[in-house]
Amino acid sequence: MAAVHFSLPLPVLPQGWAGEKDFKSIGQLSSATQRNIEPVGPHFLAHARRKRHQRTFSEDDRIQAQESVKKVEDDDVGEISEPEDPLMLQRDAKDWKGQDHYAVLGLSKHRYKATETQIKRAHRKKVLRHHPDKKAAAGSSEDDSFFKCIQKATEILLDPVKRRQFDSVDEAADVEPPSKKQAQKGNFFKLWNPVFVAEGRFSKTQPVPRLGDDKSKKEEVEEFYNFWYNFDSWRSFEYQDEDVPDDNENRDQKRHVERKNNNARKKKKTEDTTRLRQLVDDCLAGDERIKRFKKEERAGKDKKRLEREAAEKKEKEDAQKAAEEKERLRKETEEASKAEKAEGKKAKEAAKNAMKKNKRVLKSSVKDANYLLPAGQEAGAKRVDQVLNDVEAVMAKIDAEEMASLAGKLGGMKVAEEVGQVWSEEVKRLVEAGKVKDGELKVMGT
Amino acid sequence: MSSQEEGETSPEITAIGISFGNSNSSIAYTSGEGKAEVIANEEGDRQIPSVLSYIEGEEYHGTQAKSQLVRNSKNTVAYFRDYLGKDFDSIDPTPCHASAHPQKHESTVAFSIQDKESEAQNIVTVSEITTRHLRRLASSASDFLGKKVNAAVITVPTNVTEEQREALSKAAKAAGVDVLQMISEPTAAVLAYDARPEAKLKDKIIVVADLGGTRSDIAVIASRGGIYSILSTSHDYETAGVQLDQVLVDHFAKEFTKKNKTDPRQNDRSLAKLKLEAEATKKALSLGGNASCSVESLADGIDFSSTINRTRYELLAGKVFGAFTRLIEEAVRKADLDILDVDEVILSGGTSHTPKISQNLQRLFPPTTRILSPSTLPTAIDPSSLSARGAAIQASLVQEFEKDDIEQSTHPMVTVTPHLRNAIGVMVVSEDVKKGLFTTLVEKETAVPCRRRGVFAVPREGGDVMVKVCEGLRDIKVSRKEKPKANGKPASDDSDLDSDEDEDEEEEMREKVWNVGSVLAEAAVKEVKKGGKVEVTIRVEADLGVHIEAREAGGKGGIRGTLGTARVVENGSA
Repeated sequence: MAAVHFSLPLPVLPQGWAGEKDFKSIGQLSSATQRNIEPVGPHFLAHARRKRHQRTFSEDDRIQAQESVKKVEDDDVGEISEPEDPLMLQRDAKDWKGQDHYAVLGLSKHRYKATETQIKRAHRKKVLRHHPDKKAAAGSSEDDSFFKCIQKATEILLDPVKRRQFDSVDEAADVEPPSKKQAQKGNFFKLWNPVFVAEGRFSKTQPVPRLGDDKSKKEEVEEFYNFWYNFDSWRSFEYQDEDVPDDNENRDQKRHVERKNNNARKKKKTEDTTRLRQLVDDCLAGDERIKRFKKEERAGKDKKRLEREAAEKKEKEDAQKAAEEKERLRKETEEASKAEKAEGKKAKEAAKNAMKKNKRVLKSSVKDANYLLPAGQEAGAKRVDQVLNDVEAVMAKIDAEEMASLAGKLGGMKVAEEVGQVWSEEVKRLVEAGKVKDGELKVMGT
Repeated sequence: MSSQEEGETSPEITAIGISFGNSNSSIAYTSGEGKAEVIANEEGDRQIPSVLSYIEGEEYHGTQAKSQLVRNSKNTVAYFRDYLGKDFDSIDPTPCHASAHPQKHESTVAFSIQDKESEAQNIVTVSEITTRHLRRLASSASDFLGKKVNAAVITVPTNVTEEQREALSKAAKAAGVDVLQMISEPTAAVLAYDARPEAKLKDKIIVVADLGGTRSDIAVIASRGGIYSILSTSHDYETAGVQLDQVLVDHFAKEFTKKNKTDPRQNDRSLAKLKLEAEATKKALSLGGNASCSVESLADGIDFSSTINRTRYELLAGKVFGAFTRLIEEAVRKADLDILDVDEVILSGGTSHTPKISQNLQRLFPPTTRILSPSTLPTAIDPSSLSARGAAIQASLVQEFEKDDIEQSTHPMVTVTPHLRNAIGVMVVSEDVKKGLFTTLVEKETAVPCRRRGVFAVPREGGDVMVKVCEGLRDIKVSRKEKPKANGKPASDDSDLDSDEDEDEEEEMREKVWNVGSVLAEAAVKEVKKGGKVEVTIRVEADLGVHIEAREAGGKGGIRGTLGTARVVENGSA
């Protein structure tokens, strides 16, 4: 807190006042109260900092100040800490195509990732050190070749088009894909990830999908490979063009060189595309995840197939069972009906036999009763014929049961009257029933 | 994979300040320049009613939900903040009379509402309601900021329990909001004022009166070099905004009954309509001298329209206003302070807009006390947004910190500190009296360690001066107008402060005087130049050791001395 100003004056020192070193400790502070302070606000945070680190006011002020100063320094240190290669310092600016612009500016750690402000700052710092005037002041010869290198590097790196051209051929930023030997040792992701990160810098679409790791999902892995097989690259090779001769030289020569350059660019581009494709192929071949996914897929398919087969088998069995059952039922009914039929035949035959027998009984009854004539009277052929006709007629009129009962009544009777009685009764019954008309029967009707 | 990685590698924290009130909530953020701004939600409200309502599975929030109190009161949840983290036996369900009723559910409080499209009644716990409420607040803030809000500083009353804090933290976590810190509402209000660029760092005693919708909380805070210590608090659940609404409801209901022979208070729906309108009328009366209240089809299909002027309203609500004043007086007394000790009164909370309350306080406190409320100070910050602003400022301060860091910093090991019982000062020559005058350098209730510096004038001719450091005891001198002679009544007789004092025929003059307590040390600064100044620095260490340094301003060297440590008494109360 700022000092408080008081307008009222301090008293004059009384006469005879004396103290050791002009200070006299007299009393003691009255006891304090323990209270909670509210953990709120910037001043509390300062208090907490002091208390936790057990600093006094002035200590804390000093440390805070130092920390804030240090931060600024740290930022600067990041870009100038790179040592300069003495060989590089002797470079000739004319050979600018061969120079590593990032290294010249001390940005070889950052490369294509360096931001514009970083480049500007690095340039400024290099200029401060390598300006020809400085060298002259230091007493060495006026050699400004490295300064020119710096200027050229800045010119290229600050021009987005030229920077891309340089980045396209900046081999120092490439990461070599692992050799077969290395790949065999495992460490697939650790080996391949930096390769793809480095290659990804050429992609027109950003961000570039990452290789991921063992736990990546199938979609992610597929997306990754799809991306790399359809890689859209801005990489171009103008930087490596042969110098086109000036206008005043031979025009044909100039065109020839231009054509040559164009072809070379195209060729390099195609080569690069094939190289990348090969790279992705190699990676894919070594990717355990793909194998795993395939295995999983196959396992899934097999499972499905087995299930389907089992289902089919079961269906078949069921159908067979059903057919068998049906057959069995059919047979049973057939047999039953056969048995029934046989039974019916027997009964019919029996009935037939009974009928025959009854008929015989009826016929024989009239014969036994002397054709219904009183005893001793010889029955003529006509009488026999008539009586038998009548019997035939009655028999035709009555059914099997009636015939049976009639036969029962007649069975064993020999006396002509009795037999005649039975017959006449029968005929009477039939007449009453309307089955036989009067006069239809020649003998028995009377 | 990539999203997960991003989540781990770049834990970007967007923190806001949330003031989560029983009636209203507000959200604030800190702009790039470090200025706290309150965020308006989709409906343009900066004061978002803490109400949720459900119709056929649709969730309504804020003002929309509040208007559902008339038609859909059973499925509208309001006033639930105070239930969070409490068991059913210890809550006061009165405020929820006109909305969904709280009920016991396991060990906590829940509401039975139709919050899905189906007809079924669902039991929704108060923490779930809080989560939904906070989620809506956070999404409003996210929409406004264009960034996902994932952390917040939330303000809580001073009397919340540890369980309530935990429950709130859990509910917020469920809403996707990480609670960086919970700060008390009054300190947030103080911080909101202190963080203004024009604010000067000063030692002062502040009374924060948080007058809300359903409760009022008063806190007396000692602000010492920007460090805040709460000296006393008082809470009142019977004196708040709804009581003022009730005054207006009664007034209008009587008027309506006189004309129409039917009392709108008898019918729940009529009452709800009238309550909503009365609240609007109350707000209008805080701004203008006249306000109207009109409700269509208030009861029996009869429309109601009436106007009321502010004088009438103040007359009707006089009792409630008196209660506010008494509440504040009581809090000051609880802090063992006098009205004269208070340097600032901060009015916070929606009810603080009422001009009469600040006028009453102006009359209660001496003219030197600043009353920070919109009707007394044009530059005052909107009282309803104070705690949200304070929370936003705190959020901007701590959002860079690690979670552990915050926890360690708010640990009692750090926050519990000894506070000076008496002021420490230097004796100076007063104008008329020969014996000298005590001038305060370090106020009482200052948290140690602390450091204060004062620059003193010297006699005109310069020469040797004495710096006499002593403790000061504040006394209230009461003098009567008729008899100008001071009677030196001791301050302990606090009953003098009561408002019935005004009825006394003799008007009393009360003033603050300093009595010299025990002398701590003496030092001599020799041969000060003519017209020079003496700089005195007093440093009290955490162990209560006192370092005194006196030297001529601008000069080198000087006199240093140290005093022994004093005892610490464990009797502090928040």
